[in-house]
Amino acid sequence: MCLGVPGKVEDIWETDGTRMAAVDFGGVRKEVCLAYVPDVTVGDYTIVHVGFALTKLDEKSALETLDLMRSVGILDEELNPTFDAR
Amino acid sequence: MPVKYLDEFNDPEAAQGILQDISRIVTKPWALMEVCGGQTHTIIRNGIDQLLPEGVELIHGPGCPVCVTPLETIDRALAIAQQPDVIFCSFGDMIRVPGSTTDLFGVKSNGGDVRIVYSPLDAVRIAQDNPDKQVVFFGIGFETTAPANAMTVKMAQQLGLPNFSLLVSHVLVPPAITAIMESPQRRVQGFLAAGHVCTVMGMGEYEPLVDRYGVPIVVTGFEPLDVLEGIRRTLLQLEEGRAELENAYPRAVQSVGNPAAQAVVREVFQTCDRAWRGIGVIPQSGWRLADEFAEYDAEERFSVTGIVTTESEMCRSGEVLQGLIKPNQCEAFGKECTPRNPLGAPMVSSEGACAAYYQFRRAAQPVA
Amino acid sequence: MNNPSDPSLDTPLDLENWSCPMPLRDQPNIVMGHGGGGRLSSELVEHLFVPAFTGTALSGVLQQLGDAAVLEVPGGRIALSTDSYVVRPRFFPGGNLGDLAVNGTVNDLAVAGARPLALTCGVILEEGLPLDELGRIATTMGDAARAAGVSIVTGDTKVVDGGHGDGIYINTAGVGVVPAGRDLGPHRVSTGDAIIVSGPIGMHGIAVMSVREGLEFGSEIVTDSAPLNGLVESLLESGADVHMMRDPTRGGVAASLNEIANSSGLGMQIVERDIPVPDDVRAACGFLGLDPLYVANEGKLVAFVAAGDVDLALETMRSHEHGSGATVIGTVVSDHPGMVVAKTGIGGTRVVDLPLSEQLPRIC
Repeated sequence: MCLGVPGKVEDIWETDGTRMAAVDFGGVRKEVCLAYVPDVTVGDYTIVHVGFALTKLDEKSALETLDLMRSVGILDEELNPTFDAR
Repeated sequence: MPVKYLDEFNDPEAAQGILQDISRIVTKPWALMEVCGGQTHTIIRNGIDQLLPEGVELIHGPGCPVCVTPLETIDRALAIAQQPDVIFCSFGDMIRVPGSTTDLFGVKSNGGDVRIVYSPLDAVRIAQDNPDKQVVFFGIGFETTAPANAMTVKMAQQLGLPNFSLLVSHVLVPPAITAIMESPQRRVQGFLAAGHVCTVMGMGEYEPLVDRYGVPIVVTGFEPLDVLEGIRRTLLQLEEGRAELENAYPRAVQSVGNPAAQAVVREVFQTCDRAWRGIGVIPQSGWRLADEFAEYDAEERFSVTGIVTTESEMCRSGEVLQGLIKPNQCEAFGKECTPRNPLGAPMVSSEGACAAYYQFRRAAQPVA
Repeated sequence: MNNPSDPSLDTPLDLENWSCPMPLRDQPNIVMGHGGGGRLSSELVEHLFVPAFTGTALSGVLQQLGDAAVLEVPGGRIALSTDSYVVRPRFFPGGNLGDLAVNGTVNDLAVAGARPLALTCGVILEEGLPLDELGRIATTMGDAARAAGVSIVTGDTKVVDGGHGDGIYINTAGVGVVPAGRDLGPHRVSTGDAIIVSGPIGMHGIAVMSVREGLEFGSEIVTDSAPLNGLVESLLESGADVHMMRDPTRGGVAASLNEIANSSGLGMQIVERDIPVPDDVRAACGFLGLDPLYVANEGKLVAFVAAGDVDLALETMRSHEHGSGATVIGTVVSDHPGMVVAKTGIGGTRVVDLPLSEQLPRIC
């Protein structure tokens, strides 16, 4: 697979012409290569795999997915398929 | 402080909600495959398989790149790592995977300089710091890891590091799905596709598979809620008689994937046939270094291409991985093949179907 | 050459301001002669180890420099333990090899129900080891021994050729006394016992990993290395019916529980949500692909306590500085004998099996 973890970009610099960043994973910081995510800026969340940022995490989608996941539960708790969750 | 975009997707209440919905949806037995070893990890680690309704079977796919790395490549890695003046760098989980006679730990214990790194870039750094040594990185992985491994070669070129080389054994997901679907006895009815592979490659490669085989494919993430949601959506499609490509992991996967990463991967690698441990050769299922980067090919540099190892003929991983037989129906199970001396991929990883079965069999009684 | 007025001989060594006393000043690194049994050897002991260990309760014994220490011991059964310390890197956030060498052996004695009295200190040094490093490690050992209330009473030094060691290896053996009436062990572990950990897990292993070459990452995580004999003494003296204890070092809580499941022939059921894992340890485990249950601890214990005494045990432990985070993580059951089963965060179950060897970072 591919162990990929979301983290927040805290600082960006260049080493030998490559864009690098300090990424915070909930209190732990790691140096990460940004070569493949040219549009990522400080404050963005990114998915990191073996020291490389693979994508900018889409925060809007994350919240929508979460809402959907939670609404599935609410729907069922009400045991009413027509219940409007949100 | 919760970890943002991680802890929310571990919420037990929402998990219960999705599980309830799954129970409501399911009316008959279904067999799904999660392709990716990371998802298998989440499933086992959280006991998701035991929470699903009776009749919903999860078949663990061949999606652990460490486990499927062919015996021959590991034997070549061991031969290189044994050479004097070589620093052999690898991801941690590759170190204990046995070749024909030993593993990288064994080489280290005999004086080989074998180092575990977190990132391929660490290997480039080691090459910079040790100009009088040959530094080799064991570049394994699925499409997700390929951009990182490809970048090491680009950097070695740019930094002028003649002492760096890559031992490549990349494997690809879509040809594996094809191989599984082409099997005459196939049982898999729907796939959870590997989210992070799609983060890099996008979803385009999967549409033809959905069309050709009429199977639902749902791109799925790795946290418990993600996996449950991927299962839920696949089951919903099956029950409604649909076969579509869906994205249940939109926060990390865009349909085009990551074009910058794809460009570098296509420049550095080219498609080739690849053997999968215990399974055999799957056509066009791997990447090797492109001819223009042949000088960075560790197999050529250390003349190990003469090392030829055939996979065990006893091993029936291919059938286990498709859910056609239970691990203990294989002749070699628990005899020639154990976690300490695995023949095929599913015995290599502790989460592989055979290794898990082996652990349970040892236990006095299975866990309810 | 020998300068008796060197202030470092009279005052306990200060980690921050360590400077090599004579004759070490002439020679900044360990040379073969430091292990040769001649003058260099005895000067190393006299000027480096003795000052570092000064103030541990029986240091007078050490200063006799005999090959064997002779100890007065109170009544009871003798507990003996030995452990070798080879951690790399030698210095890591919150401590160094010296803390481990003392606390590790003290804790092995303590969880067996013994009151630790005295330790030996055997060091194997690699030619070329900077003396100030050795000084810092020895000073830390002295500090740790004073904190634990044990004495370092005899020792041995050997030097190996450069390239044939890893800087320094330390072996400590410890002796303690088990007071009459204490009976701890797997034979006493019973169905229904509460499984208690004394605080948050995974800190030591992650602290060491954060500075390991090739894996380095930034964090505030420091080792939890601490002597547990005080905590154990309070717990056992509280009257709580403690059946067994273990310090979950290498292999973590998972390895300890598996070992006890095996030796007691009972099952262990733990609840993942109740296991205290600091957020940053969890985050580090997340990106390295590790399971905190398998990560080493150096200042924690797992206790098996009779169900009726759980509150007393928790209250007692929590009032002690090294047990303030004590909490129940599971129960001993008669189901699945020999196995550890965890109830997962989302309500499933999983088998927590014995690791084959050290957990390594994974990509897969």
